[in-house]
Amino acid sequence: MKTAENHTINKGLNIHARRAIAYIVLVLVSFLCLFWFYVLFINATRSHGELTRGFTPIPSTHFGDNWESLMTGTLPVWNGLINSLIVAGFSALLCTYFSTMTAYAIHAYDFKLKKFMFTFILAVMTIPTQVTALGFVQLVSNMKLEDTFVPLIVPAIAAPVTFFYMKQYMESALPLSLVETARIDGSGEFHTFNAIVLPLMKPAIAVQAIFTFVQSWNNYFTPALILHEDKVKTLPILIAQLRSADWLKFDMGQVYMMIAFSIFPVILVYLFLSKFIVQGVALGSVKG
Amino acid sequence: MKSAKPKRGKVVSYNKWGYIFLIPFVVVYLVFQLIPMVTTIYNSFFENYRSGLIQVGPTFIGLDNFIKIFSNADIWIYAKNTLIMWVLGFVPQIIVSLLLGSWFSNPSLRLKGQRFFKTVIYLPNLIMASAFAMLFFTLFSDGGPINSILIQMGILDTPFSFLSNVWSTRILVAFMNFIMWFGNTTILLMAGMMGIDTALFEAAEVDGATSTQVFFKITLPLLRPILVYVMITSLIGGLQMFDVPQILTNGTGDPVRSSMTLIMYLNKHLYSKNFGMAGALSVILFIITGALSLLVYNFSNKKEK
Repeated sequence: MKTAENHTINKGLNIHARRAIAYIVLVLVSFLCLFWFYVLFINATRSHGELTRGFTPIPSTHFGDNWESLMTGTLPVWNGLINSLIVAGFSALLCTYFSTMTAYAIHAYDFKLKKFMFTFILAVMTIPTQVTALGFVQLVSNMKLEDTFVPLIVPAIAAPVTFFYMKQYMESALPLSLVETARIDGSGEFHTFNAIVLPLMKPAIAVQAIFTFVQSWNNYFTPALILHEDKVKTLPILIAQLRSADWLKFDMGQVYMMIAFSIFPVILVYLFLSKFIVQGVALGSVKG
Repeated sequence: MKSAKPKRGKVVSYNKWGYIFLIPFVVVYLVFQLIPMVTTIYNSFFENYRSGLIQVGPTFIGLDNFIKIFSNADIWIYAKNTLIMWVLGFVPQIIVSLLLGSWFSNPSLRLKGQRFFKTVIYLPNLIMASAFAMLFFTLFSDGGPINSILIQMGILDTPFSFLSNVWSTRILVAFMNFIMWFGNTTILLMAGMMGIDTALFEAAEVDGATSTQVFFKITLPLLRPILVYVMITSLIGGLQMFDVPQILTNGTGDPVRSSMTLIMYLNKHLYSKNFGMAGALSVILFIITGALSLLVYNFSNKKEK
């Protein structure tokens, strides 16, 4: 970090002017990021009649009514919320636990295929799930796993990106001497992993758990191909259903409430965890 | 790294645990990713679809599916749409991210509230893309709040149908991608800028360079590897563009299929159970992403040397 005042740099524009421009642009882009959610919030509090009369920036009093009509409406939103929570929660859990395990295997042991495995995992990292979706759907229907959460949760165990993050983190946070010491104390390898390695990896696990959770929570493409029955649908599928319904016949207050219902939980969680998340993104970028 | 080379006897026996700990990853990968990939490729060589109540195939037809895809104008239209919407979103994204990144990483500006701004600009990245698209669909509909605001402000006399116009639809999709991704890119670029040796800036300062000169002559050239990385990963992401245009246009890619992307095309084949065409399309997309990934790999390897 350099703290020196550098007046000399600013021959072009003085520092105050540049700072002012920076603030103006920052406020502008912040506005662009937040405006939509503000409108969403306002509109979720307004009745259908008020909504058709045009936009006002002040919230109205129909939040409760819209909530009521969403809850009693045709979309199984609570089911959707719970399904989304189950899928995203278990995905995050399995993904972080097993990715740490995979990273630990590569990090702490010397074996013949180690180099090959590492290169292999890196090589498959960028293959998008969409290009194997056809085979995936066929496999799932052959296994009779359609309309279950298994094909949405279990594949999270093999997550190359999370693996890579964990591996990077281990290099700085997990000295192998610690593992050696545990061995001398007679700790089994599996026990060492659970009792010593996992707790040390907590910060990385937290960051990756959040990312995996959000990714799974937001995922639309794969769940839409697997889940067809109403009672197993996740929130993104319900949103798509809302879009393809004859939405003009809908109570618009209810439509906004439904969108708010799937967006605001994530925003709330984000407000609490934003510090870790923003740091986590920066950490991940130093992967070189 | 390697503190204990495998000697013999007891030490070697630990290393079998390397294999044991790899079992979950390898098994799940084989079952849920490798097998699907192989069957996807296998499917691409077969004629296999349903027309009405009649099931056609599966019959082996070699490369006919590929020939059929490439001789049809559709794939070129959808590839062009995908590329246009990616470029429209990426150009402002990289410009704004470079600007914000250089401001955030510039200690002489001493910007206040950095935490707040970083939190805000990263927020849209976490929003469910399908819900965000649905939100934009309602906001930009004919009777929606945006039209209402524009009319109140006197900019428009009658509502503008954003989603019946080719370019406004494309721009909306690109704009959403921009909003969702520029925060992420800013944080990546900022981390890269923080990594530049400050001695270089001090030397430039001594030589009397303006801040614009410093940006173009020092920051930008040194940032090139990260810029290339960001650009290619964004292009790979752009090829997968699906949720936003799918929900915004209800899967039609309208008006006149001008916002239909490659993955939406694939999704259509998957839904209509045309497995031959879906397979061939997947293989094509796989090859393109593979080539782009190799580029990224080469660049990040060069950086280390």
